[in-house]
Amino acid sequence: MTAQEDAVLMQKTPSSAANRRRRFWRHLSKAPISAWIGIVIVLAYMFVALFAPWIAPHGETEVVGGQYDPWGEQFLLGTDQLGRDMLSRMIYGARNTISVALMTTSIAFIIGTGLGLLAATVGGWIDQLLSRIVDVIMAIPQLIFALLLLSIFGTSIISLVLIIAVLDSTRLFRVSRSVALNVTVLDFVEAARLQGEGTLWIMTREILPNILAPIIAEFGMRFCFVFLTIAALSFLGLGIQPPTADWGSMVRENATLINYSDITPLLPAGAIALLTIGVNFIVDWFLHITSGLKE
Amino acid sequence: MNPILKIILQRLGLGLLTLVAVSAVIFSAIQMLPGDFASAILGQSATPETVKAFQHQIGLDKPALERYWDWIDGVAHGDFGYSFSSAGSLGGGHDRPVAGLIAPRLKNTLILASIAASVAVPLALIIGILAALYRDSFFDRFINSFSLAWISFPEFFIAYILMLFLSVKYQLLPSLASVSEDSGIGDYLRACALPAMTLVLVTLAHMMRMTRTALVNLMSTPYIEMARLKGASRWRLICLHALPNAWAPIANVIALNLAYLIVGVVIVENVFVYPGIGQLMVSAVASRDIPVVQACALIFAATYILFNLTADIVGIVTNPKLLHRR
Amino acid sequence: MRKPEFNDAGPLLEVRDLKIEGQSDDRWHDIVKGVSFDLQRGEVLGLIGESGAGKSTIGLASMGYVRAGCRIKGGSIRYRGVDLVTAGDSEKRSIWGAEVAYVAQSAAAAFNPAHRLMEQCEEPSVIHGEGNKERRLQDKIISLFKRLSLPSPETIGERYPHQLSGGQLQRVMTAMAMSCHPGLLVFDEPTTALDVTTQIEVLATIKQIVRDFGVAAIYITHDLAVVSQVADRIIVLRYGEVVEEAATTTMLTSPQAAYTRSLWAVRKLDKKEDPTSDVVLRIKNVNAGYGKALKVLNNISLDVARGRTVAIVGESGSGKSTLARTIMGLQPAFSGSLEFDGAALPLHFKKRSALLHRRIQMIYQSPDTALNPRRRVSDILSRPLKRHLGMGAEARRRRVAELMSMVELNERLLERLPSELSGGEKQRVCIARALAVEPELIICDEVTSALDQIVAEGVLKLLLRLQQQIGITYLFITHDLATVKAISDWIVVMHRGEIMEQGPKSKILTPPRHPYTELLFSSMPEMDPTWLPRVLQERQAGIANRP
Repeated sequence: MTAQEDAVLMQKTPSSAANRRRRFWRHLSKAPISAWIGIVIVLAYMFVALFAPWIAPHGETEVVGGQYDPWGEQFLLGTDQLGRDMLSRMIYGARNTISVALMTTSIAFIIGTGLGLLAATVGGWIDQLLSRIVDVIMAIPQLIFALLLLSIFGTSIISLVLIIAVLDSTRLFRVSRSVALNVTVLDFVEAARLQGEGTLWIMTREILPNILAPIIAEFGMRFCFVFLTIAALSFLGLGIQPPTADWGSMVRENATLINYSDITPLLPAGAIALLTIGVNFIVDWFLHITSGLKE
Repeated sequence: MNPILKIILQRLGLGLLTLVAVSAVIFSAIQMLPGDFASAILGQSATPETVKAFQHQIGLDKPALERYWDWIDGVAHGDFGYSFSSAGSLGGGHDRPVAGLIAPRLKNTLILASIAASVAVPLALIIGILAALYRDSFFDRFINSFSLAWISFPEFFIAYILMLFLSVKYQLLPSLASVSEDSGIGDYLRACALPAMTLVLVTLAHMMRMTRTALVNLMSTPYIEMARLKGASRWRLICLHALPNAWAPIANVIALNLAYLIVGVVIVENVFVYPGIGQLMVSAVASRDIPVVQACALIFAATYILFNLTADIVGIVTNPKLLHRR
Repeated sequence: MRKPEFNDAGPLLEVRDLKIEGQSDDRWHDIVKGVSFDLQRGEVLGLIGESGAGKSTIGLASMGYVRAGCRIKGGSIRYRGVDLVTAGDSEKRSIWGAEVAYVAQSAAAAFNPAHRLMEQCEEPSVIHGEGNKERRLQDKIISLFKRLSLPSPETIGERYPHQLSGGQLQRVMTAMAMSCHPGLLVFDEPTTALDVTTQIEVLATIKQIVRDFGVAAIYITHDLAVVSQVADRIIVLRYGEVVEEAATTTMLTSPQAAYTRSLWAVRKLDKKEDPTSDVVLRIKNVNAGYGKALKVLNNISLDVARGRTVAIVGESGSGKSTLARTIMGLQPAFSGSLEFDGAALPLHFKKRSALLHRRIQMIYQSPDTALNPRRRVSDILSRPLKRHLGMGAEARRRRVAELMSMVELNERLLERLPSELSGGEKQRVCIARALAVEPELIICDEVTSALDQIVAEGVLKLLLRLQQQIGITYLFITHDLATVKAISDWIVVMHRGEIMEQGPKSKILTPPRHPYTELLFSSMPEMDPTWLPRVLQERQAGIANRP
C-alpha cells in the first residue's frame, strides 16, 4: 500500500448508501465545465427526443409550404426540398436517429460484452474461436463491411440495426475481454473457483462488478461511433430511408442549398456533432474520475 | 534463423491468413443473396431464361468452393470478374470488367489519400508531442478539449463547412472535384485540395490525441523518473529516453489512423463527387452491383491489414528485448 | 544548469520540520508531519518504518524531489546550506546525479530498455559536463563495476538491462549513482525485491563502496535486520513522524519508545515443536510442470502430520508455490500420487468431490487481490456457508459472527468493502473465509509476506491459536526464516523444484545440515551489526559450499 493510501484509510468511512451519494455529489460539484456542457446537451436532446410529438409545430412528413422556403416567422428554419417544415423534421429527426442509435448500441453491448466476458472467464478453445472470428471481422473496416452487407440485405431499419450491432459488438468484445482478463488473473477469482462456483456466477458476480467503469465508458464511446456511422450511412442514402426524418439524410436532401450560401443543411449535421460532443465530454470526465479512483 | 526474422515471417503469415479469411467472408456474402435478387437486378420484365442466363453468368449454379477458387484465382491475376451493370439492359450487353472500372478510381483515391496523409501525419505527431511535453498547461488542456470536440464532428459536416467557406463564399477552390484521364498534377492538386483538407482535419484530431496519450504513458515510466533524478533536462528526457521507446506505440497510432483515413475517403469522395474508389463503392452498393462491391471491399480490407501489419512489424523491429537476446 | 552556492559550515543534510502532503481522490492528506534530522558527511542513516510511514517520500525529498500527486507543505531541506524547498528547477537539476544520487527499489524498471548499460551509467557525467574524456569516463565506470564485484566488468556495459539479473542490475545502478562521486546517496529499499542469497552479496558491496568513497547515505528499508548491517544511525518512522532516533548499537540493545520495542519483539516468536501425529496428507513422488523438459517439481515426497505445521522454505523459483497449487489440484501433477486422510486424492481439481473441496482450503499472499473489491465482507463470508453447508439465513448470520470473533475482527467491519480495510484486516477476512467451511488442512501461500512486521506477527499468532483450538493442519509456504521459526513443527527446504532437506524444526535449524540449507539460512540477516562481516568471513574461508 502506498503512503497516501494508508493515510486515507485512517480517515475512511464505510461505504453505506448515504456516503456513496455524498461522494457522487462531490464529484459532480467538482466536475469541469466541459462535463457540465455535456450533461446539459445530453439532457436537452433526451428531452426533445422524448417529447417530439408535443414540441414540433408540424408533422414529420406534412407538406406545409413551398420548396426551400427561406427562414421566416412561419417556418423558423424554412422548408426542405418537398416543402416540409425543417424545424419539425429536425425535432423528429432527434427522436428517430437517437432511438435507432441507442437500440443498436444496446444490442451491440449485450452481445459484445456477454461474449467477451465468456471468452475471458472460460478461456480455452471458446476464447480462441471467438477471438479469431472477431479478428477476421475486424480486419475489414466497419463502414466498408456495413456497406457490403447492406448491398446484400437491403437497407431496411431492421437490417441496418442488426448489421451495425453485430459489427460493432466486435469492438465491445475486445474491450470487455481485455479488462475481464485483467480481473480473471486475480486471486479472488481463483478462490471462487476453488469454492466450486460455476462459470455464470464468476462472470456476473465476481468479474462483471469489477469491470463496470471501463465498460460503461466504452458504451458511451460506442454510442458516439454508432451514431456517427448511422448518420454517415443515411447521408450516403443507405441508412434510414425517407420519408422518415433523419439528420443524415436531411443533410443530403438539402445539400444543394450550400451552393447558395444557405447554411440550412449544416443544421442537422451540426445537431449530430453537438450530441456527439456532449457524450464525449461526459465519457471523458467519467474516465477521469474512475481512473483517478484506481490510483 | 535470426529470431527477429522468424517473428516477422510469422506475422506476415498471419497477415496473409487473415487476408484469405477476409476474402472468404467477403465472397460468402454473395451466398446470402435473397432469392429474387436476379429479378431485382434485371427488372420486372425479365424472362425466366434471362434470369437463368444471368445466374449462370455470375456463376450461381456452380458449387461454392469452386466459385470461390475461381474468384481468388482471378483476383491474383488482377481479374475481378464482371460488373452486374454489364448484365441485362444496363450495360447494353457489353461486358464491363470490374478491374477496368476500379483501376483509374484506385489511382485517384491513392493520390488523394497520400496528399492527406503526408500533411496529417507530421502535423499530428508534432502537436501531439508538444501537448505531451507541456502536459496540463493551458495549451495542452485547450488542445484536449478542442480535439475532443473535433473528433465528434461527422466528416460531411466538416466537408460542407469547408465547401461553404472556401468554395461558395470565397470561391478559392472548386466544390466539385473533377479529374479525368488526362488531368495534370496541377489539376489534381486543385481538385484534391478540399477533400484532402477535410480528411486531414478529420484524422488530425484522432491522431493527435492518441500520440499525446502514448507519450504521456511513456513519460510516466520509472526509467524516465530515474533519468530526471540524474539531472536530465526535459528535452533530453524526450529525445534520448522517451523517443527510442516510442516507435512502437507511434507506429500503431499512425497505422490505426491511416486506416481511418481510408474509410473517411468514402464520405469525402461522395460530398465532393471525386471519382475515387469510395464513390464507386457507394454507387455500387446503391445499385447492388455485387462484384464491384466485393472487389472494393477486398481492396479496402487488404489495405487495412497491410497497415496493421506494418505497425506490428515496426513494433517488433524496435523492441530492444527482441533485438538483443539474453 | 546553474550550480548553487554551497555553504559547508553545517551538516551535509539538514532537514527541519518537513511537512509533505499527498493527493488522493481530490483531497490532500498529510504524509510527512514535521520530520527533522541531520546527516553528517560520510554517515549512513537508516530510515526504517512500515509501509505508509513515509520513508520513501522523505528519502526522495532529501534530494528535493517529490512525486506527482505530492507537494511540500512546509519546512526546509538544506543540502550543503542550499534550501531545496525554495531552490529553482535549474539549481535542483544541477545537483541531481552530481551531488545527490538515487538508487531505486526496482532496478529493472529504472533502466531504459532501449539503451546499453554503459551509456546509461555514463549519462550523469555527460549531463553534468564531466564527459569530455570519453575513454577515461568509461574506465572510471568499469573500475566501479569491478569494485561492485560484477561479472565480466569490462564487457558488462555493452549489455542491455533485460539481459541481466536483478541483483546485477542493482549493482550497476549503484555504480551509476556513484559515477559522479556524489556527497549523498539515497538507497530506496535496494534489496527488498531480491532473493535472500542475492541480497547478502548486494548488501556487502553497498556497504563496502559507501565506506571506500566516504559518501553519506540514507538507507531506506522496512527490514530491521538489514538496516542494522549498514547504518550508523537509525531513525524509526511511523505515520509520517519520527518515533525514535539513535545510534545503531544503542537502538538495538535498548530501544526507548514502545513502538520501537514492538518492532524488535516481532522476531522473537518461537513455536514449541510438537511431536508427530498421524499423517493427513501424503505426497509421493510428485512431478509437475509443463512436460518432462520443463519440470517445475521434481520427485517431491512429503508427509504432513495432522494438527501440525509444515513450513516449506525456498527462494523464488524453488517451486514452493507450484507445490501448493499442485496439492490444490490447480496445476495437476503428471506423475506421482496424493493421499488425503488415507484415501487417494484426485490430482485434478475438477475431479474432486465437493466434500474434498471443503476439507482443503487455501489462503493467498496478497490480501488486496484475494478479496473481490466489490463484495462486502458479510457476503464474502456467508457465500461458502450457503453453498457448501446449505445453511439458512439465521444460521449463516450466527456462524459469520462466530468467524469474525475467531479471527479477532470487530463485527462492524462486516458491512465494509475490502478497500475499506487495512492489510491485516483483509488477511484475517481471508482466514475467516477459509475457516468458514471447517477445513482440515489449510495451505498458506506466503500469507504474511505482504504484511508489515507487526501485523504479520498478529496474523501468525492468530493462526497458531486457531491450530491449538481446532487442530487445523497447516502447510505454510514462506521465504522468511523468522516466520519459519515462529510457526513450524517440520521444515522442508526446496531449491529449483527439489527437496534439499526436510525434518523436524530442531534438526533443520541447527547444524550440521545440507549445504544449501546452510547457505539459505545463513543468508537471512540477523539483528546484529557484526553479522554481515562474520558471514562473509565464514564464506570466504570456504566453510559453506555453494550449490
